[in-house]
This record gives sequence, structure tokens and C-alpha cells, in this order.
Amino acid sequence: MSAPTLSKSSPASARAPHHLPERRGSLARAVKRNLSAHGFLIGAVLCFSFFSWYPMVREFFLAFQKNKDGRTTWAGWSNLSYVFNDPAFWQAWRNTLLFTGLALVLGFAVPFLVAVLLNEFRHGQGYLRMLVYLPVMLPPVASVLLFKYFYDPGYGLFNRILGIFGIPDQQWLQSTSTAMISVVIAATWMNMGGATLIYLAALQGIPGELYEAAELDGAGLWRKIWHVTIPQTRLILSLMFLMQIIATMQVFTEPFLLTNGAGPEGSTMTVVYLIYQYAFNFNNYGGAAALGLVLLVLLAGFSAVYVRLSRPQED
Amino acid sequence: MRSSWFRPTRRTSAAAVAAVLTLTSLAACGTSSSDDNSGSGGGSKAGISAPLDPKTKVTLTIDCMPPAAKAAELREWKEDVKEFNKKYPNVTISGKSTPGQCEEPARFTAQLKAKSQPDVFYTYFTDLQQVLDNNGAEDISAYVTPKTVPALNSIDPNVLGVLKKDGKLYGLPTSNYTMGLLINRKLFERAGLDPDKPPTTWEEVRTAAKKIAGLGNGISGYGEYSAENTGGWHFTAAMYGLGADVVSADGKKAAFNDATGKQVAQQLHDMRWKDDSMGKTQLLKWGDLQKQIASDKLGMFLAAPDDITYMVQQLGADYENFGMGPIPGGKATLFGGNDYMIKKGSSPDKIKAAVAWLNFKNLTPGKGQFQWDRTKADKLPVGLPQPNFFTGDTKAEDLASRTENATMPVENFKPFLDNPVPGKAEPPKAQEVYKVLDNVMSGVLTNRNADIDKLLATAEQQVNQVLANQ
Repeated sequence: MSAPTLSKSSPASARAPHHLPERRGSLARAVKRNLSAHGFLIGAVLCFSFFSWYPMVREFFLAFQKNKDGRTTWAGWSNLSYVFNDPAFWQAWRNTLLFTGLALVLGFAVPFLVAVLLNEFRHGQGYLRMLVYLPVMLPPVASVLLFKYFYDPGYGLFNRILGIFGIPDQQWLQSTSTAMISVVIAATWMNMGGATLIYLAALQGIPGELYEAAELDGAGLWRKIWHVTIPQTRLILSLMFLMQIIATMQVFTEPFLLTNGAGPEGSTMTVVYLIYQYAFNFNNYGGAAALGLVLLVLLAGFSAVYVRLSRPQED
Repeated sequence: MRSSWFRPTRRTSAAAVAAVLTLTSLAACGTSSSDDNSGSGGGSKAGISAPLDPKTKVTLTIDCMPPAAKAAELREWKEDVKEFNKKYPNVTISGKSTPGQCEEPARFTAQLKAKSQPDVFYTYFTDLQQVLDNNGAEDISAYVTPKTVPALNSIDPNVLGVLKKDGKLYGLPTSNYTMGLLINRKLFERAGLDPDKPPTTWEEVRTAAKKIAGLGNGISGYGEYSAENTGGWHFTAAMYGLGADVVSADGKKAAFNDATGKQVAQQLHDMRWKDDSMGKTQLLKWGDLQKQIASDKLGMFLAAPDDITYMVQQLGADYENFGMGPIPGGKATLFGGNDYMIKKGSSPDKIKAAVAWLNFKNLTPGKGQFQWDRTKADKLPVGLPQPNFFTGDTKAEDLASRTENATMPVENFKPFLDNPVPGKAEPPKAQEVYKVLDNVMSGVLTNRNADIDKLLATAEQQVNQVLANQ
């Protein structure tokens, strides 16, 4: 792409043999010039090929295959029809969409608000940033176990605290009506540090003059947020919004660990958990791959929007 | 495949060589199987039903060697290998150990898919169809004879039956279990109950649970699972105990949405919400109830005797504190167990060597796992009622040795042993059925206002769909 421009000033280029024709062999020259870089690249490409791309291609074929009595046969659309006819399929999608919706309300808004507040602090911002980011450094399983203890209806911390105020014990993870929101609260706490730092970086990139001008015009905190902060961070907000959708639709760890799988009456069973069930509990790899394919198609759509949005803006 | 746009050049050839080398090294990391073709491993001229020629050179990789943390068991394994090698000096036993359970379903299914299971691999009784679907195991019918396995005719035909498909034998058992009611004797005594007479009906279970929960201090009378398919598994066990089934005899329809199903669900709902005898924390899975009963916080739950081994060895409980009675209802009880299979594609000599090892280690009274005097000397448990897959004189001989070397009060298991309940295999599509039934269990245990009729009807519809999808 930019190789000709670079080659003028590049010392490696200066040492390149002059007998090479101008156009032919430019790839060979480029490789030779950055041998170690290409070496690293080959390693990465091989790893991606073997551990990411090959499984994706294999999954596509697996979605249309079946194993029976030692034979692998083509199954046509039967895996997909199995998946669509499984009553758990629609329940898993409802739960996943509910998780995504709640995670957008909580997991998207809370880190942004925390970032806005952090940005307002004149002193101790580094310390506060560290405090907010701390949960991200905990291993997810440790965080989940911590919340499991907090939520326990028998001896959990949350019910103890509610008890001080005379509020009766809540079922938290053990009721169909509260299980999902409890999972979302835990997931938000566990993941908000990273998002908050990204928002904070975006906020700190907003020119101070804009706020000064707004203040001169008599704008308060909310007006400054509405008229300066949000418009100035719109792009990063849109990207994070899409990233959040893509990530939350693949949620597995939190509901799996917090509710031991599917939760009360399957109320926290997500699509990825169902894929896991098909593959590892039922040995139905075809069904798992077919459901994976459905999820892939949906997320590919969101990813396409993400890629489009994340392209550099043309001035 | 060749096409006009792909012409091998020196550059692509070099890249291809590098890629092949890298993939080979990656693949080498991911496989644990050994394909031993040394010596005469590639085939034997002797008849396949003849025992292994001791001069034959074979290497066997075998699942479930005890990990270093289980020092005594590992020592026994090594002793057994040494003893085995006296007769078969050319058979190299290469044990593979895992720190947790011998078979973790996720790892197991992945290994089957990748065909990277050891030569002699450990499975649960319920795995047979999955193994066959993946073309994973050898038919060993011709290799297993009274010559190669002298105690063959003493093995419970029901146990061997679950390892057969279409008359062909695919595995040899190492252990088996039937479910019963496990009790905490200390809590029984504290609640004024007789631990030598565990409840035998659900009414008695309910009464006893109320008394035990009455001790307070966070103690539950009775515990149940309701997550990760274990809820459905226990619902099935409870149904069997009452003489009912969860799937019709032809395996095509759900059979639990009836008076018995309602009785099981209603009973649990009442114990949880009316009697408050099941504790507040629910959505429990395998391991959770064991922790509660081992720490004297739980009075009873449905279990197999090997749970006690786990509680003593892993959770530090005392054998003296536990007892077992038959499953409430006592009409039938769910049975299961584990076994070893031999990897598909193994040479005849390898299969013979594997059968010889399995015979020595797991199927010979007085040897290997049944050498109870050694188990006692190693301070390991002796006296649990299971494994118990022998019949007739062999069973009597083994039980006598077990009682003689007992390291625990065997009379605590008398109610269980004296009231044998006929074993019944798990339903077809067991795990998928259990997953659906988890919802019934979690429904009644987490929802005070659970609509039991609706829960059962929904589950019935879902199980019918699962069974129709076979």
C-alpha cells in the first residue's frame, strides 16, 4: 500500500540489490526487507488458520453432517430443523435477547455515566480509575463465586444487608423473575472497568473550550453532557454499542457459573449455553454447529455494521 | 486440488513445508494416543480368542491412572503394573491420569471426536451409543472368554448387558452402582431418629426431614439437585423408586406426566415451601449436596455409595457418619457405573493385552481393585457395598474378604444391602430428558407458586419432541 513512499527513506530499501526489476518481485523484496516481521506474521496466520478459521469452516460443514454408528453422513437441513424444533431454542433466544437488552441498559449506560463522573473529578482521578478497573483484573470465576455468595438466599451478603432495613429475603438467582437481572448486574460489575476507561479516554479527547463555551452560555452538567459530551463521543458510543451487542449475545460464563447452567426453569439458558449442551452433554455436534451457524449469521450482520462504522471518517 | 490460480513455486513450496511442519507439531501436541506397531503389535497369527502370548511386545495407554495427589492409589497402580509385568514383561502400561473425575464429559466427547482417546479408555455405562456413533471402540466379544477373563460368568449379566449393542461386547466393567438414600447418622441421632432404620417411603422421608431441619442452624433435612441435568437424573431415580418410568417402554413418549410424576414434584414442593426442610439455596448440582452432608448441614439425599468415598477422601468426612437405606418406594432403582473400552483400530495383540490388564486390575477377586487386605493396609476405604458386579460364589467370596478387611462400620449399610432393589437402566436420550426435567425440579424448588401441572405438561411436550428427534 504505502511501500513505495516508505522505500525512499527506508535504510533497508537503500541496501536492496539494485539489479531487481522495478515492478517484478516487489513482494519478495518486501518479505526480505521485513523478514522477522513476516516470520511473526506467518506464525500468527498459521495459529489463526488452525485454531480459528479452520474450526469456522469445519463448523459450517458439521452443521450439515450427522454421526451415526460410526458413520458421518450428510444430513441436509435436518440439523437446522432439529435446532428450530427444539423448544429450548426459542427459550434460549428469548433469554439471550433479554440479557442483551438488560446489558445494554445497564452495561452500556453505567460505564458511560461512571466515566462522565470520573472525568468531572479534578483530583485523585488516577486512584478512582484504578478502583473502577480493579474488578476487571479479577479472574472471572473468582468474581462469579463472589457474587454467588452475595446472592445466596440463605446466607448471602445482599439479603443480610436488606435484612438490616427490614426488607424480606430476595431469591436473586433462584427466581425466574429476578435471575436474569441478577446475572446482568454481576456481569456489568465484572466488565465495566474496561468500558469505563475507553469512554474516559474519549471524554478526555473532547476539547476543553467546548465545555468552557457551554459554561459561558450557562449550561449545567446535564446540558453539557447532552450538547457537548454525547455529540463528541457519538462514534465511540456507537461502536461500543455494537460491540456490546456482539459480546452479550455470546454470553456464557456468567449465567453458566452463577446459575449452574440454565437457572430456574431454564430462565438463564442462553444460546451459547445451548450450543455447549448440544455438543458436550448430548454429543450432538451437528445440532451445536447448526445453532452456532445461526448465531454466526446474526452476529456477522452486526459485525458488518461495526466494520462500516469503525472505518476512518472521510473529511 | 489443482487450479490455474494455484501454481506451486519455490516460495509456496517453502510455505507449504513450513505449514505442514507447524501443523504436524501442533497436531502432535494435541494427541495422546499411541499407535504401537512395534514388535508383533500389528497382528497376531494366534486365534483372537486365545490369551495374549507373554512374549508379545505391546504398549498400552490407559485412562484413569490415579493422580499424584492420590498417593496410595497411585502406589497400588504401580504395584499392579509390576505384578502384571511379571507375567507379561513385554507389555508396557502407560497410565494417563486426570486430577478430577476420570471422565469429564466435555473432554471425553472432544477426545472421541478427535480420536485421541487412550488405547484403553474410561467411560460411563451411558456412553456406549455416543462411543459407537463416533466409531470409537472395538468389538471385544471374541477376545473376552472364560479363558481370558476367568470370572466372566460371575459378572452380573445386567452389567455386561449395558456394555453390549446388537449382541457385541464393547467394554468391561470396573465399577457399578445402584441408588439409595444416603443419611447423616449424626444428624439422625440429634433429631431423635434411628440411623439404623433410614426412611423407606417418601412419607417417612418427609417426616424425618422436618425433624432434622428443626435442629436449626442452617441444617436441611433433605436435599435435591436441580441444575446441570442432575435434577432430571434424580427425578428419574425417584420415579423408578415408586415403580414408574419417565419414558414409555418403547422409548418414544414421555411417561412422567401422571399421578406418580405429580406426587414426586408435589412432595418436593411441599418439603421446600410448606415444611421448609430443604434449605433456601437451590439450583444445586453434583458435588453441592455432598459438601452439605459432609459438613453436617444436610440429613439425607438420594445417592450412590461411591459418593461416600468422594466425601471422605476429598471433603475430609468420616465413614462412621454415613449410612444408607434403599431408595424410597423400593420398587426399582436407577443403576449405572463405569467401564473401560478399547480404542477402535487397535491391533489384536493390543486388544488382548488390554483385556489381560483389565482382567488383572478390575475383574479378579483378590487381585487389583479387589485386593482388600492391601486396600486396608493403605488406609483406603473397605466395606462400601459397591462395586458389586459379581454374582454367586464369586460375590460371596468377595463380600467375605471385604467384611474381613473393613475399615468402616459395614453395618451402617445393612439396610441398603439387606433390601436390594432391582436396578433399572437410564432412559433413552438420558441427558436430554434430564435437561428438560431439570426445569420441573428447579420450578418446584425455587418457585413457591409453581404450577406443577403446567411444569409437567410443558416438560412432557419437550421430552416428546426430544424423543421424536432421535
